[in-house]
Amino acid sequence: MIANFGYGVLFITFLVTLYSVSAAIYGERKHIPAMVESARRAMLLTWPLLTLTAGVLIYLLTHNHYEVQFVYEVTSRSMPTYLKVTAWWGGQAGSLLFWSWLMSAFASLVTLRKWDRDREFLPWVIVVACVTMAFFIGINVFFENPFAQLYQTGAGIAAHTFKPANGILFTPQDGRGLNPLLRHPGMIIHPPMLYLGFVSFVIPFAFAFAALITGRTDDRWIRLTRRWALWAWLFLSFGLVLGSRWAYDVLGWGGFWGWDPVEIAALMPWLTGTAFLHSVMIQEKRGMLKHWNMLLVILTYDLVIFGTFLTRSGILSSVHAFAQSAIGPFFFGFIGLTFMASVALLIYRWDSLKSETEMTSLLSREALFLLNNLLFMSILVVCFWGVIFPLISELFTGQKVTVGPPFYERATAPLFASLMLLMGVAPLSAWGHSTIKTLGRAIWKPIIGAVAITAVLFVTYTQRVGALLGFFLIALVILVTIYEYLRGAYARQRSQDENIFTALWSLTERNRRRYGGYIIHISMMLMAIGILGIESFQVETQGRIGVGESLNLSNYTVTYRELASWDDEPKGVNYTRAVVDIYRNGIYLGELHPRRDYYYDSQQAMTIPGERATLRDDLYVLLIDWEPASTTGATFKVFVNPLVNWLWLGSFIFLAGIIIAAWPEEEMERVAVPVRRTIPQTSAAD
Amino acid sequence: MRINKFVIGGILILGAVVFLIWTSTAANAEYFLTIDELNAKGSSIVDKNLRVSGAVIGDSIQYDAPNLTLSFEVAHVPADNAELETEGGLADALHQAVVDPSRARMKVVYVGPKPDLLRNEAQAIMTGHLAADGTFYAEELLLKCPTRYEEAVPQQAGL
Repeated sequence: MIANFGYGVLFITFLVTLYSVSAAIYGERKHIPAMVESARRAMLLTWPLLTLTAGVLIYLLTHNHYEVQFVYEVTSRSMPTYLKVTAWWGGQAGSLLFWSWLMSAFASLVTLRKWDRDREFLPWVIVVACVTMAFFIGINVFFENPFAQLYQTGAGIAAHTFKPANGILFTPQDGRGLNPLLRHPGMIIHPPMLYLGFVSFVIPFAFAFAALITGRTDDRWIRLTRRWALWAWLFLSFGLVLGSRWAYDVLGWGGFWGWDPVEIAALMPWLTGTAFLHSVMIQEKRGMLKHWNMLLVILTYDLVIFGTFLTRSGILSSVHAFAQSAIGPFFFGFIGLTFMASVALLIYRWDSLKSETEMTSLLSREALFLLNNLLFMSILVVCFWGVIFPLISELFTGQKVTVGPPFYERATAPLFASLMLLMGVAPLSAWGHSTIKTLGRAIWKPIIGAVAITAVLFVTYTQRVGALLGFFLIALVILVTIYEYLRGAYARQRSQDENIFTALWSLTERNRRRYGGYIIHISMMLMAIGILGIESFQVETQGRIGVGESLNLSNYTVTYRELASWDDEPKGVNYTRAVVDIYRNGIYLGELHPRRDYYYDSQQAMTIPGERATLRDDLYVLLIDWEPASTTGATFKVFVNPLVNWLWLGSFIFLAGIIIAAWPEEEMERVAVPVRRTIPQTSAAD
Repeated sequence: MRINKFVIGGILILGAVVFLIWTSTAANAEYFLTIDELNAKGSSIVDKNLRVSGAVIGDSIQYDAPNLTLSFEVAHVPADNAELETEGGLADALHQAVVDPSRARMKVVYVGPKPDLLRNEAQAIMTGHLAADGTFYAEELLLKCPTRYEEAVPQQAGL
């Protein structure tokens, strides 16, 4: 009954989005502002309606309504209430509803702003937002109904949206329970973050689409949406980091990124989004790359949809895959349709998007930005190729051929390295025109510093060429960024007569996007240290040891002390926990507790590593197996992951940088600043 | 002249990317085969990079914990989505593969921790190579349990 009510509300929401689309188009074509206003209000209605739908679903989830198939699949009586709530996005049908709910919230937010100067965009923003919502809600309504209930009929028990003839409602005693792998704080926050990122990238696309269709193709749409794009990027990036952290903590293979198709699916919109954030600056400052920006935002939007599709279609084998379902063709159709429509519009408006200035110098800031974009797109192409290669090869040779992580590592490593080099050079180049000479004058000090650091590392840390090259690039970027920052601060200190700290602060304050961007660059380099460390220097060992015996790895000694096993009745979990003592170079450091949790409801075990994290390295101990009767022998696998914690440290600084860059500020009109002779960064400052 | 240097630069980058993709693909291609296809190809694919999918036979799982050596058998499941659908979806297809003794089977050896998801009727996707004696040595082991995620009909409901 309650379930039917939920379905009813969902269906009404679907109709409302369709109405909103038609009213917006009709009102715009016939110039009836009241119709557009009606469309806007209809769109504002979707959020309360979907909130109500979600409320019903959460009620069912938390009140053990196992006659509802979705509730049966993702919850069980032994789960705590907060997990029952977050089970909302633990399964296919619910997570699609979650997507739509977030989308409606963002769509409402964007329409509540003042529209005076941009009224002609409004109907088309509504159209894009509501078409997207109608698509996702439609999937829920017609294919993946979260409110379908189990009915017993002559043919057995199956889920139906409506009561079948002679059907009797069937209520299982208990649900199957959420996959224990998903009962982890990282997994509770990771999908919402990723979805927030996905959903908020729809808004820049909506404005771009509106700009194309109305022909108002100046920079206005970019100015309106650049902050949206930044927040979207923040959420997407953070979702990726959280997912990596979850994989590192829970999946127990000592890594954080496996080049799984679904990880790549989330990375692809991030790549185009990152390229977009860089190239919009060229458009704002130099009036160039307008076609390119349009294309990037269109690509990002469709990659977002594609990413959602990949997780759900069962088209590719992956640890993330939900069950196969029939929604694949609809996703493909939707992606194809939106992509072709947008590109057709782009071609139609091609001439109005001509560049205002021409690129002349290969080393100018804008040329380097363009190169940055090409590199991001190249990584995208590598990823896309890797994901679809099995389908292509099957199509042409009849033989399914896949490529694994070595493919991605090999093909993307030189591209990432080039990007880092660019990150080191580009902040020092000038808009318009740069030569080797001007660039060389600016960069020689940081280069000497980076060479010195690399030399020290060569003597003290590693002799591996690849790793040293990586460290050199990281050092270069960090030094260039700090150098550039300090140069700006000193210039300000002299001209404004401030002390250096005030100067640093007001510099950042007045130029948030630029200096927030620099902080992001530095954080990326800290993350690169972690990735380089675990990729180049990870070592592992494994073995079965008795109580009091030890495993040795690097400078560490892991000594097995004891093992205990007990049941947690209310939670329905059995814990088996080992205690091991850790020594480094013979010095006692403390104990770790690697353990294995066994969930009775879903009959699944989960291996939780014992970790000791320092900036030098991470000791990661897994309990693999033990002898239940005597508990005298146990098998452990031990990893030493050097430098990996720089990755997590970097992600926090990253967060700070992006908040600085994206924090709302008064929109300032550009003021002409007298250009200082030969100091590129003053002319670059906006 | 001015246009040329940008065009040349663009072509160079494009060439480099194509080269990277091409060589990396050639070096790392893994042939995705079903067990029936594997048997049909016979010795021609010994020692090639392979990716094989099969249904795990629960009774055959043996774990030599001191040496972390895992061995088990997998039974043939079709790789084609449409074919899977005719068998009633992935979960049912896996179930049939395990209970049907006439299905082709293959022995798998994997060295490493025993994955939490390894169990009867799980789908195993293994990357590795086939030895001359017909044993598959997996370097990577990916497991999917469709029943853990979603499935149309609850198991106990059929009783």
